[in-house]
Amino acid sequence: MCKRLGPHFIHVAEDIASETFLLASETWPYKGVPENPVAWLYVVAKNKLHNYLTRNKLYNDKIKPKLQSPRAAFESPDIDLSESNIYDSQLQMLFAICHPAIPAEAQIALALRILCGFGIEEIASAFLSNKATINKRLLRAKEKLRLENIPIEMPPDEAIPQRLGNVLTTLYLLFNEGYYSESHDAVLRNDLCLEAMRLTQMLTVHPATAHPQVFALLAMMCFHASRFEARKNDRGELVLYEDQDETLWNRELIAQGAYFLHEASRGEHASRYHLEAGIAYWHTIKTDSPEKWQQILQLYNRLLMLEYSPIAALNRTYALSKVKGIEAAISEAENLLLSDNPYYFSLLGTLYAESNPKTAIEHFEKAVSLAKTSADRNLIALKISRLKAQQNR
Amino acid sequence: MDEFVLIFRHMDGKEVASPEQIQQWMQMTMDWIGGIAAQNKFVAGVGLPFDDAKVVHSNKMVTNGAFGDIKETIGGYIIVKAESVEEAVEFAKGSPVLLGEGNTVEVRKIAHQ
Repeated sequence: MCKRLGPHFIHVAEDIASETFLLASETWPYKGVPENPVAWLYVVAKNKLHNYLTRNKLYNDKIKPKLQSPRAAFESPDIDLSESNIYDSQLQMLFAICHPAIPAEAQIALALRILCGFGIEEIASAFLSNKATINKRLLRAKEKLRLENIPIEMPPDEAIPQRLGNVLTTLYLLFNEGYYSESHDAVLRNDLCLEAMRLTQMLTVHPATAHPQVFALLAMMCFHASRFEARKNDRGELVLYEDQDETLWNRELIAQGAYFLHEASRGEHASRYHLEAGIAYWHTIKTDSPEKWQQILQLYNRLLMLEYSPIAALNRTYALSKVKGIEAAISEAENLLLSDNPYYFSLLGTLYAESNPKTAIEHFEKAVSLAKTSADRNLIALKISRLKAQQNR
Repeated sequence: MDEFVLIFRHMDGKEVASPEQIQQWMQMTMDWIGGIAAQNKFVAGVGLPFDDAKVVHSNKMVTNGAFGDIKETIGGYIIVKAESVEEAVEFAKGSPVLLGEGNTVEVRKIAHQ
């Protein structure tokens, strides 16, 4: 519907979608769920759009002059709701939303709202924010779509590599938002990740966007998602990687990840997603081996050469400790200059844990004082209590 | 912060290394550069293989090899960010190039307008 109405009338499409779901929630409990619920929703939405267009004079006065393609026959408001048209429109909408003119945070919120059909409340909950803030963010983003007159269409072939970078960044962030979300709503967190995977998978199917780095990103997501069940306990608390129950790891997702990573290896250029997928792959093998850590270290070396991030620097140093020993890692850790970062002190705590538990505890305590989320504080507190228990033994 | 180029000078580029040696050397180089990149101080790097190297002389004469009359040749370089030439020198000291006898790493500040 967004595609059909153009960027100027996204709010109309949103209203119609909401009204449709409202009608479903009002009638289904009494009349029963229709035989084909999806078709039912589409028919109702289609009728509502039809009514809107015929009823509203706006159509003739304002929409028509602004139609992206004047030939798009509005005379017959019959909207094409075939699977292939929905797929095409979603892909085009994805590129419109991920336009460089829209701020990154707003891109994620817009994608959740328009492409994934999330409610404002759910988006607010995922971002640990409130409805008013999310509404404002969405309004500003839709305003931007209008003002910049961003067309809902695929960019021309020559522009795709550059625009695709932006789309992948948004999908990467969307996935991370779900994976690292503080939200206690486990279903919502998983939904966010699954939606990011669905949209990435859409890109792998279209010939114009099936680039190796898209497969690499999807592979990374599969490897991470394979640990959904294992990484949180019944109370929604994070479970340390080494404490995770391997039998809860999803083997099917790991196999899919391996398939996508293989598909990603066609190109000559290794993107950051290739490197991150490689690192994620090695984490699907729980048993430590010299080869595993050597590979992870080399992948982090290359990732950092491509793009620095504090978390990659810290993880590299951990991998270095596995390959070259604790002392080498400690001396490199001291050069990182990340003394405002809680994970930096977590790393130092981990590195000192065996040789000097007292120093390790001091570092972990510093980490707790800097930690920004309660999930992180709980994890570090667990490490401290384990070290203290060891000392008293 | 300034940028410095660290130029690897090899004493004898004609020396043939085994694939295993090359792989080990690559890994050491990557670990060294990774340590600089982990400090957010790596800018760029280029390896210069000796194969197909040519020298163009002032009379436009072209000779094979990077070596000409001298044995020494350049094997590559990396560009780093550093607060001072001393810091850049500390980075250079970690280069595995220096494991080869007679090899040097030349540290030069990059001129910026």
